[in-house]
Amino acid sequence: MLDQVAISLIILTGLGLLFSTILAIAYKKLKVQEDPRIDKVEVMLPGANCGACGSPGCRAFAERVVNKEAAPGKCTVSTPEGVGKIAAFLGVDAGSGEKTVARLLCAGGAMESPVKAQYAGTLNTCRGAAIVSGGTKDCNWGCLGLGDCAVSCDFGAIQMNGNNIPVVDIDKCVACNDCVEVCPKQLFVLMPISQKLVVQCRSLLEGDEALSRCSVACNACGRCAADALPGVISMKNNLPVIDYGQNELTSALAIGRCPTGAITWLDNDRQFVADRKSPLSVGRVESTQYDEGTYYQ
Amino acid sequence: MLGIDSNMTFSHGIHPEEYKEFTSSCPIERMPFVEEYVLPLSQHIGAPCKPIVKKGDVVKRGQMIAEAGGFVSVAMHAPVDGVVTGIELTETPSGQMAPAIRIRTDAFSTQQFHLTPPKAPEEMTVKEFVSSVQQAGIVGLGGAAFPAHVKFAIPEGKTCRYIMLNGCECEPFLTSDHRTMVEQADAIVDGIAILQHHIRAEKIFIGIEANKPDAIAEMTRKIAATALPAEVVSLKVKYPQGAEKMLLTAILGKEVPSGKLPLDMEALVSNISTIAALSHWFRKGIPLVERVVTVTGTAINRPSNLLVPIGTSMREVVDFCGGLKDDACRILLGGPMMGMVQKSLNIPVVKGTSGILILTDKEVRSLDEYSCIRCGKCVDACPIHLNPSLLGLLAKKGLWEEMEENHLFDCFECGSCSFVCPSAIPLVQSFRVSKGLLRERMAREKAKAA
Repeated sequence: MLDQVAISLIILTGLGLLFSTILAIAYKKLKVQEDPRIDKVEVMLPGANCGACGSPGCRAFAERVVNKEAAPGKCTVSTPEGVGKIAAFLGVDAGSGEKTVARLLCAGGAMESPVKAQYAGTLNTCRGAAIVSGGTKDCNWGCLGLGDCAVSCDFGAIQMNGNNIPVVDIDKCVACNDCVEVCPKQLFVLMPISQKLVVQCRSLLEGDEALSRCSVACNACGRCAADALPGVISMKNNLPVIDYGQNELTSALAIGRCPTGAITWLDNDRQFVADRKSPLSVGRVESTQYDEGTYYQ
Repeated sequence: MLGIDSNMTFSHGIHPEEYKEFTSSCPIERMPFVEEYVLPLSQHIGAPCKPIVKKGDVVKRGQMIAEAGGFVSVAMHAPVDGVVTGIELTETPSGQMAPAIRIRTDAFSTQQFHLTPPKAPEEMTVKEFVSSVQQAGIVGLGGAAFPAHVKFAIPEGKTCRYIMLNGCECEPFLTSDHRTMVEQADAIVDGIAILQHHIRAEKIFIGIEANKPDAIAEMTRKIAATALPAEVVSLKVKYPQGAEKMLLTAILGKEVPSGKLPLDMEALVSNISTIAALSHWFRKGIPLVERVVTVTGTAINRPSNLLVPIGTSMREVVDFCGGLKDDACRILLGGPMMGMVQKSLNIPVVKGTSGILILTDKEVRSLDEYSCIRCGKCVDACPIHLNPSLLGLLAKKGLWEEMEENHLFDCFECGSCSFVCPSAIPLVQSFRVSKGLLRERMAREKAKAA
């Protein structure tokens, strides 16, 4: 009995020693030299694995940063300090780091664009509603309000408000592109935060036809294009198109005469302010904090 | 003998209630002209057609108003005499707004066509025949609206040994093909002769489900009077037998492999009404400007089969059929299984509209969703032998690539899985969503690579 225990102990110990020797040799022989900085950079990254930088995860991004294939600033989740730390650690330029956020190109919530039909599907997602007759709203292009974007956002940056419109918290938004991909109506775009003049409507209709479907639709009157500096805003397919190449020339003045509030000036990082009205007409204007005097200086 | 064997069918599939009694004995009526016609430029699968008229033009009934925008595209014709009032965005059955030609009807417009038929199809080359079918604007009238001439243009290196004519009409409620077979059997037989002249198939099968004995009898009688190598095949009633791959399996007993077309099995499958449209075009010169539409359902006052000019607003059609009952709840274009739900009646009847179905809230099933209990009913129902249960679970988890590996793109969205699911899981709906997401992703990757 006792010697059986002894034999098994000896065999197991022997086996253990043998394999550990093999492993030790293999470790020495097959060792891959990896830049130790990759580990350190990875620790400094937020670890969200969101893919916004274009790499399949934070580790892959850390490798690219260390190999100087990408600038640390490409990580949109890190704070500027975090990016600065990585840049200082590697002795590289932090890269252009203007914050980019997701903007919604629709302002027609339940109040502005009433629901025309009831969606009775059990899927209960925007995608599901969109395959049934294009969604429940009269407007073909507008937000369906079932919150696929809010579900898709890993950072909790998108919340549905009481008006059934997603609101982007731009402090939390890291421009990871998830909402852009999930929206069946392609209503999200990623824009640098300095681009404040935004057309929050995608309706290709004009005049009363557009307004009958949504009270904040662009009715293609063209006043914003007329009021802006030449060439900054042009009308195309019944929608104003802003030339962001001339972003410094854009001004909140363009939204002043919008009769519906379809074009907005997203100042103070707000997406929606329901109680603000245009001084001129019906509808909603994002911000009234513009001064006509400054425009003519 | 094939003709009396009504046990012929494919494996799997479902047996929904038929509800054909509403309209199966109603003769086809002609719908009078209405004030305005709206003709979307994209009524078919493929490139939208290009308008060749402008605002203010006077058009004649049967005149071409838009030409094909590519090979997989067909021409479009004015259904009435009238004036073009504009080309503008309008609501279409898909729910998307798309450009459409609006025609205001001339008060004195008659049913008469001022047309000369094309030259005899027997004297045409195959190429001329195919382009002539495209000029006629003929698309598959079963519902998918795939341009018919694309099917008739057999590519180099392929042979077509069988022509299969689809008279199954497996969707519940619909009877438009049924009535066409009973009332326009001559046109169908003539259309078969025209097609056979160019395809030269060894054998022609006309597949009709056994619940249409009058159509089977009529077609058998008419076929017997010709020298065509044709045979009427009576099929066991089952859904979705009208899907072209299922029909092929039912008749030939062979399966179409994944990713292949019936032509790879040396067969051409076409709807019976499409064949009748061929005869109208080649013998009388009438392009596809009107089609038979079944207006039916429990919430319509006078269910009927109508010959409706394409572009008629659904509201006018419904009014002509006595209007809606008070408890009308859901409007579908097509049948209850694959039809498209509509949110408005201001939608024109298009070339692919085989029926307008109006249901009351009693029929509209709205059940709570429960977890999958792995009963396997969907697996038994799926006509193409997929595993909808697994696909449904993958869809819920958002594992689109895995769905693709499990042959998501073979699914033709017949809805059998959702129909049988005791847990009321929206299976086919989530497959459609997943397909959409995957297609978008592929398009993005393609754009990135370019």
